[in-house]
Amino acid sequence: MTSTGAATAPILSVDGLLVRYGAAIALEDVSLEVGRGEMVALIGANGAGKTTLLNTLSGILAPSAGTIRCAGRLAHVPEGRELFFDLCVDDNLRLGAWKAPSRDPARIYELFPKLRDLSRRKAGFLSGGEQQMVAIGRALMAGPDVLAIDELSQGLAPIVVQEIGRYLVRLNAETGLSVLLVEQNARLALELCARAYVLETGRIATHGPSALLRNEPAVRSAYLGGHVTT
Amino acid sequence: MSVLLQYLVTGVSRGFLFALLATGFVIIYRVTKVVNFAQGAFVVLGGFIAYSLLGAGVPQGLSEVLAVLASAAIGLLFGAVTILGKMSTIASLITTIGLALLCEAVAMLVWGTTPLTYSGLSGHDLRFGGIFVQPQYLLLIGVSLVVLAALWLLLDHTYVGKAMTACASNPYAARLTGINVKAMGLLSFAIGGALGGVGGVLIMPLFPITYDSDVNLAILGFAAAIVGSLTSPTLALAGGLIFGIAEELVAGYWSQANETAVALALMILLLLWQSHRRQQVAKLV
Ligand SMILES: Nc1ncnc2c1ncn2[C@@H]1O[C@H](COP(=O)(O)OP(=O)(O)OP(=O)(O)O)[C@@H](O)[C@H]1O
Ligand SMILES: [Mg+2]
Repeated sequence: MTSTGAATAPILSVDGLLVRYGAAIALEDVSLEVGRGEMVALIGANGAGKTTLLNTLSGILAPSAGTIRCAGRLAHVPEGRELFFDLCVDDNLRLGAWKAPSRDPARIYELFPKLRDLSRRKAGFLSGGEQQMVAIGRALMAGPDVLAIDELSQGLAPIVVQEIGRYLVRLNAETGLSVLLVEQNARLALELCARAYVLETGRIATHGPSALLRNEPAVRSAYLGGHVTT
Repeated sequence: MSVLLQYLVTGVSRGFLFALLATGFVIIYRVTKVVNFAQGAFVVLGGFIAYSLLGAGVPQGLSEVLAVLASAAIGLLFGAVTILGKMSTIASLITTIGLALLCEAVAMLVWGTTPLTYSGLSGHDLRFGGIFVQPQYLLLIGVSLVVLAALWLLLDHTYVGKAMTACASNPYAARLTGINVKAMGLLSFAIGGALGGVGGVLIMPLFPITYDSDVNLAILGFAAAIVGSLTSPTLALAGGLIFGIAEELVAGYWSQANETAVALALMILLLLWQSHRRQQVAKLV
């Protein structure tokens, strides 16, 4: 985990973002940065606006105000994985490269050897953990500089989450891939990422190095179940 | 024996027409999840446009190609009306029925109510196991086979085809990977229109078409597409042939008045069988 913080020029910077659904405001004055090669966590309760933020970053939603600057390519692993269930694993991965030059999924199979044996299986017939690997693999096929992951651990056994978490850390260390990790499991997120933002009802409530946030009473009681294990 | 053979030849050629229609249903459904009931209108308009171009002195081959292109353009237009807004799938379905009715009205105004036809491929009839077959039948079968094979390759064996399938499978994820979902939908409607146009220009010399032929054609094409659960182009071809041959045999040995009723009964049986099979699969998983 290389923590360059926001000291060097960030790969992704969001400034004063305002996003609405009709009249309702989902995000207000949201600013955040992800440095090159940095892993940053975004934690927050249900309905805080995390998914809204990622959908805005990937252009699915248009902000009413504010700026998004990305000095590279951003790929998005959506909440609930959202695979192409009618297509096989291999096709799911290849389609991730729709806008990228190389469609060869060999590097993904190297990263997730388990997927190699499943490459011909329809994505709808995979276990949750396998699906999450395909979802991450598909996003990686775009050759991103920043990977935004929504709910990495959703519906997965802790051991599978640990495994995928290790993959991410390895990727980050080996390729310098930047990661913006949205997580319900704050303990995991703060463990994997050096820095974190806390989103509360559409606003950034606090942010800073994970080591500090972990000990902040408000964060502890709201997201870490009141006690800390380091 | 030679009578049966005659029915089979006719049935197979009608079957290819239904297969072209069915494949139109399949490609549009696979990309947009819309069941396009205006599919029969592409056949009628394609055929009529070729008829008018021929009447205006345009050479036959060129007339037919232009009519197919015009059908593709009409398909594109229908696609724009149906999928560019934020319509629900059921609303789009109703819209396609409305478009089909609109086409009938326009076709009646422009071309009238009498059945239209024009002469197809010239040349001597071919002798074939005791019967005579017009060369146009062979043209219809040959061209259909090439077109259907090309579509099967496109949908199931190319990267673009996979991307098209992805659009209906998960439109949100397709957008995240950068696929232009609306453009793919429009493309599928244009291809659906061209498929109908090909059917129209090839069938008109063999079976005269009226402004309201589209309803029957759409129903039989839909029935054929159902054989492949609206998603498989190869099974849609099989379905087309089943319905084409069944229709001719019923018309020939029983009564022409019953041909559509029998085809519809067959379709309902197929639907029942399919939902039964789906329930079996659901029990397994
Ligand atoms: N399409 C939509 N239309 C209207 N409101 C929406 C829409 N999607 C989300 N919202 C609202 O916007 C707010 C933020 O939702 P969002 O999905 O971004 O939350 P989240 O932080 O991802 O929550 P979770 O942890 O449950 O996934 C919620 O109040 C939600 O009800
Ligand atoms: Mg969410």
